[in-house]
Amino acid sequence: MSLTAAEVAEIVKLVEQSSFDELTLEIDGLKLSLRRNGAGSFAAASPALVPVLDPNIVTDEQNTVTASPNTVTATTNIVTPTPNIVTADPATHEVRSPLLGTFYRAPKPGAAPFVEVGTVVEEDTVVAIIEVMKLMNTVRAGVRGTVTEVLVSDGVLVEFDQSLMRVRKSG
Amino acid sequence: MAIRRILIANRGEIAARIIRTCRRLEIETVLAASLADRDSVPARLADRVVCVGPARPTESYLNVSAVVHAALGTKSDAIHPGYGFLSERAALASLCETERVIFIGPTAAQIDAVGDKLRARAEAIAADVPVVPGGAIASAAQARQLAEEIGFPLLVKAVGGGGGRGMKRVERLQDLPAAVELASAEAGAAFGDARVYVERFVDRGRHVEVQILGDGRGGVIHLGERDCSVQRRYQKLIEETPAPGLSDRLRRELREAAVRFAERLTYRGAGTVEFLVDGERDAFYFLEMNARIQVEHPVTEAVTGIDLVAEQIAVAGGSGLRLQQSDIRLDGCAIECRVNAEDPANDFRPSPGQVREASWPAGAGIRVDTHIETGSRVPPFYDSLMAKIIAHAADRKAALGLLSTAIAATRIDGVSTNLSFQQEVLTSPEFQRGGVDTGFVGRLLDARRSEEATYQGLGAIYRG
Repeated sequence: MSLTAAEVAEIVKLVEQSSFDELTLEIDGLKLSLRRNGAGSFAAASPALVPVLDPNIVTDEQNTVTASPNTVTATTNIVTPTPNIVTADPATHEVRSPLLGTFYRAPKPGAAPFVEVGTVVEEDTVVAIIEVMKLMNTVRAGVRGTVTEVLVSDGVLVEFDQSLMRVRKSG
Repeated sequence: MAIRRILIANRGEIAARIIRTCRRLEIETVLAASLADRDSVPARLADRVVCVGPARPTESYLNVSAVVHAALGTKSDAIHPGYGFLSERAALASLCETERVIFIGPTAAQIDAVGDKLRARAEAIAADVPVVPGGAIASAAQARQLAEEIGFPLLVKAVGGGGGRGMKRVERLQDLPAAVELASAEAGAAFGDARVYVERFVDRGRHVEVQILGDGRGGVIHLGERDCSVQRRYQKLIEETPAPGLSDRLRRELREAAVRFAERLTYRGAGTVEFLVDGERDAFYFLEMNARIQVEHPVTEAVTGIDLVAEQIAVAGGSGLRLQQSDIRLDGCAIECRVNAEDPANDFRPSPGQVREASWPAGAGIRVDTHIETGSRVPPFYDSLMAKIIAHAADRKAALGLLSTAIAATRIDGVSTNLSFQQEVLTSPEFQRGGVDTGFVGRLLDARRSEEATYQGLGAIYRG
């Protein structure tokens, strides 16, 4: 059992919108504690990476995350999906690779890329192709918004769940 | 071709163990890990990690195209499949052959030959290796005739099964048709192959297997045998070499039969030929061949001083067999204990979770193969093997004592382990005498249950 950063962000949003101050969620050995108003912090049970809910929030060496007032505090011992610290800026969506394979920005060599930085995308806009043993798999944006960053260069090996692009959400 | 970079398509202790040999040989390692294993010990030990898929094994460790793509994309010369997962899938070996990636193991054709249990039986007969009386079932009438010839009890087995999976025991002739039908339906669902066959059930049989190495050109040597009769529901718990109490003749014939079988297949790489030993008749029968490195290979390494993974890599790289039969010396006795994250007090239920403390034994004659340290996680998606503790000494008694001491010195906190049960097995008089059959663990558990029932009964009387 593991949660993606997007799922954690979604849970945080639900708590924020609710009338509850605290949420403890335990699923199959995974524990997620959320508390409103940063009213204290919990030590993580493991040295595993901790999802950071806002890139501007401070993390200390005890793997404790303290949120600013009016947001939430979260510590979990889940394994993060990438080696990087997960950023879950609610306004930014990360397009992640659904498979391990070779990343292609264009439908064929020499063709124009599916998207560039600044391209406006819909949920189902194809933004890239992942080739696995000559099988082409399309990657879609997943949200409406504007591409702000392409994180991977054309023709390289990408891992499962690797961040490929960032999209600033609109609407 | 010299192998300079190996992609390891596995996890857990075997991934860590393969990396250790690669480091010694100055071969680079790429670990193909699932999302759940990104922060595992083998991921830290490998030179590079690529995430091949989510935690669920069918989408990661069993994903043939992702694994081969990962090998190509990381410019790995070879793939080591470890045991389990894709190790005996002809599809991986075959795709490797097409893509010109070295598969560290036998050919796809050899995997197919031993994966089909009926075909393996036929090869054994052709190699003059004794098989358990039995055969294929084509019709109900023929099944009946065969069963009467063999006698009861007998086993209905799946052609595509193995390791105890897809087996039904039948006591009486009238139960045969239903058992065949059920076994066939289950085999079809589990292995995609509904064919079944019957074999005599050997009561009080022992599981003895022979480690072999083949060069793929017809040269085969053996590295002695292992006794793996301590099993619970066909899962091995304790393995040892040499097999205790075999007659010299039986031991020699077993080893020679294994070599003949592998020679017939022109087998390439490390493999294990499994036999059922009937102690009462002083006879043995071919069971199956495992076309991979086995979990219990370290006991063989302990008594021979040979690194089997290094030999696998050498054969795969085209160096052939670097050893001759006369180079193999078997020195002393080695016993392995599997440490599983499971709860013996709760019907051996898996106990995944975070390991709060892990302290493994060390010292002369002790080897521990593990991927677990303080803070490690035992994910619920995979098997529960946490470690193997191997003790090597001049004789069985000394090895047993050493292993027992090592287990007593092991501390695991945070998840339940089978260590207390393993200690119970090691100290039981029957196991200490040596040469137990595969029913031993079942009887030990039954005895314990009836003892508990007696205590509970006495408690009720006293309370009353």
